[in-house]
Amino acid sequence: MGKTLFDKVWDAHVVDEIPNGPQILYIDKHLIHEVTSPQAFAALAERNIPIARPDKTVATADHNTPTLNQHLPIQDPLSRSQLEQLTENCKKNNITLYGLGHKYNGIVHVMAPELGITQPGMSIVCGDSHTSTHGAFGSIAFGIGTSQVAQVFASQCLLLEKPKKMRITVNGTLKKGVLPKDVILYIIAQLGTNAGTGYFCEYAGEVFENMSMEGRMTVCNMSIEMGARGGMIAPDETTFNYVKGRKFAPKGEEFDQKVAYWKTLRTDDDAEFDQEYHFDASEISPMITYGTNPGMGIAINEKIPHQEDPSFKKSLAYMDFKAGDSLLNTPINYVFIGSCTNARIEDFRVVADYVKGKQKASNVHAWLVPGSREVVKQIEEEGLNKIFNEAGFQLRQPGCSACLAMNDDKIPEGEYCVSTSNRNFEGRQGQGARTILASPLVAAATAIEGKLIDVTKQLN
Amino acid sequence: MQKFTTFTDTAIPLGIENIDTDQIIPARFLKATDRKGFGDNVFRDWRYNKDNSINHDFVLNNDTYQGEILIAGHNFGCGSSREHAAWALAGYPFKVIISSFFADIFKGNALNNGLLPIEVSPTFLKKLLHEVTEKPKTSITINLEKQTISCSIGVESFEIDPYKKVCLLNGYDDIDFLISKKEQIEAFEASL
Repeated sequence: MGKTLFDKVWDAHVVDEIPNGPQILYIDKHLIHEVTSPQAFAALAERNIPIARPDKTVATADHNTPTLNQHLPIQDPLSRSQLEQLTENCKKNNITLYGLGHKYNGIVHVMAPELGITQPGMSIVCGDSHTSTHGAFGSIAFGIGTSQVAQVFASQCLLLEKPKKMRITVNGTLKKGVLPKDVILYIIAQLGTNAGTGYFCEYAGEVFENMSMEGRMTVCNMSIEMGARGGMIAPDETTFNYVKGRKFAPKGEEFDQKVAYWKTLRTDDDAEFDQEYHFDASEISPMITYGTNPGMGIAINEKIPHQEDPSFKKSLAYMDFKAGDSLLNTPINYVFIGSCTNARIEDFRVVADYVKGKQKASNVHAWLVPGSREVVKQIEEEGLNKIFNEAGFQLRQPGCSACLAMNDDKIPEGEYCVSTSNRNFEGRQGQGARTILASPLVAAATAIEGKLIDVTKQLN
Repeated sequence: MQKFTTFTDTAIPLGIENIDTDQIIPARFLKATDRKGFGDNVFRDWRYNKDNSINHDFVLNNDTYQGEILIAGHNFGCGSSREHAAWALAGYPFKVIISSFFADIFKGNALNNGLLPIEVSPTFLKKLLHEVTEKPKTSITINLEKQTISCSIGVESFEIDPYKKVCLLNGYDDIDFLISKKEQIEAFEASL
């Protein structure tokens, strides 16, 4: 029997197998940030264990950083202390840190691919569930807890049961105005938030083959929202062209050798999956969520379904929506375009393209938070900042920002926020805040109109 | 890590589905650099009202229900990988979480902190939630060696990774094991 893409990459990293137990998986790249690393550093220090491979570890500051006035000292003492701790830990342990203000600083899942740190065939981990993003390159990438961060620090390995394999195939052509974000929101709405638990998911078919790397990252990023530890897309010319020439990508002959290997990272025709799903691209519309988990999604022109389940009702009560309601014309005062899901240059191009020559509605606070310094640079080079300024959008500095509202970027209680981020959990964007997940296009249109509209009507 | 063998206690029923780690510990409490104190803020925004007064409607604030066993709805611990969620639950303190389904990363985090996630059938969970809600004094016994959970509604066996079981029974953690494999790991690295 043939092997899947996942098998090929996973099996190449197995150091050993414990009888009746987990496998020892070797980790090529360990990404760390300020929130989930301090207790791991402390655990090793307490036991006098050195970091095994600081050269395979890269740090950034992103979760807890301000997105305005980054040149000034951080006001919140706890946030400041967490960032200082990261700096100190990296210095002490000889780990490369792209801290606040560094030209490579950014959200871990935006900056690592941009720098060519992320490459096909790698095993990549980070103490963050959206590490699945890097699977867009055909790497095995997944989020881990802090105890596991400590394990990787201590041994460059993890003890893991090999997950099961799932494939989601989407063939056909996407309709106008349907973005990669809509594709993944649609898949999660169809399958639910735990369909992927215990699986690694490969995305296959024409839709993903024709997608840019930025789009593939958006899709793989949200694999965890259906419970899957990771998502993967087979590397192809799009992948190789994206990686080529990046700062830490292999160069010259080494690059060619790598590409020859990367080309073998495809699921064999006779490989078998534990679970398969097929969808038709033409069925997918621009999506929005109406509830408090990412599986509660509908096409923007659909109505909220009816369900008797108490958890469902609790969720609608939190959102102050009713079953049977359409969300079209719901007034929206906050729009957040950012996060590791949708804060790459392509996302800002989509927004700029739509808002060019328009003005945001007067009731709307429109926050644009790029994923990295590099994205900021590109926005400026392409003159998108001018478009955003003229439209009344606020372009801020990079970080996770209002996706999880750890810093000051919080949505006020009771307010709706149309957000390009990945989670609409209760209070995720601030206590009492109500999140509606959407694509950058739907978010941009909402900011201009001050309410939810069916953007496809304008495009057709 | 503390050893886990058998445990008997009453339980707190929280039958909500898809409880995500943002509910277990909201992001604004993730600024600490040590593992202590998270128990004070477990389920913070459900336990307290916006003005920090106690929400008496929430089950953790209802004195009728006591104990270090939490019974929760399907897909417990989904969302963010934050181990702070496991620290918060363990710190409250809970020793056991019973659900019909756990999210992957949370399950691993719980096991790495001596907090036992027990997966039971949806039918058993429904009966158990009902029993404990109606009879708060219901005593539940978990036997890790035998992999059983027993109470007045019957006995149900549960699955656990055999390696993790040994770790919990003996109080070992993965770091000890991985370090013992150092030579093998280095040989693997040399072959890359």
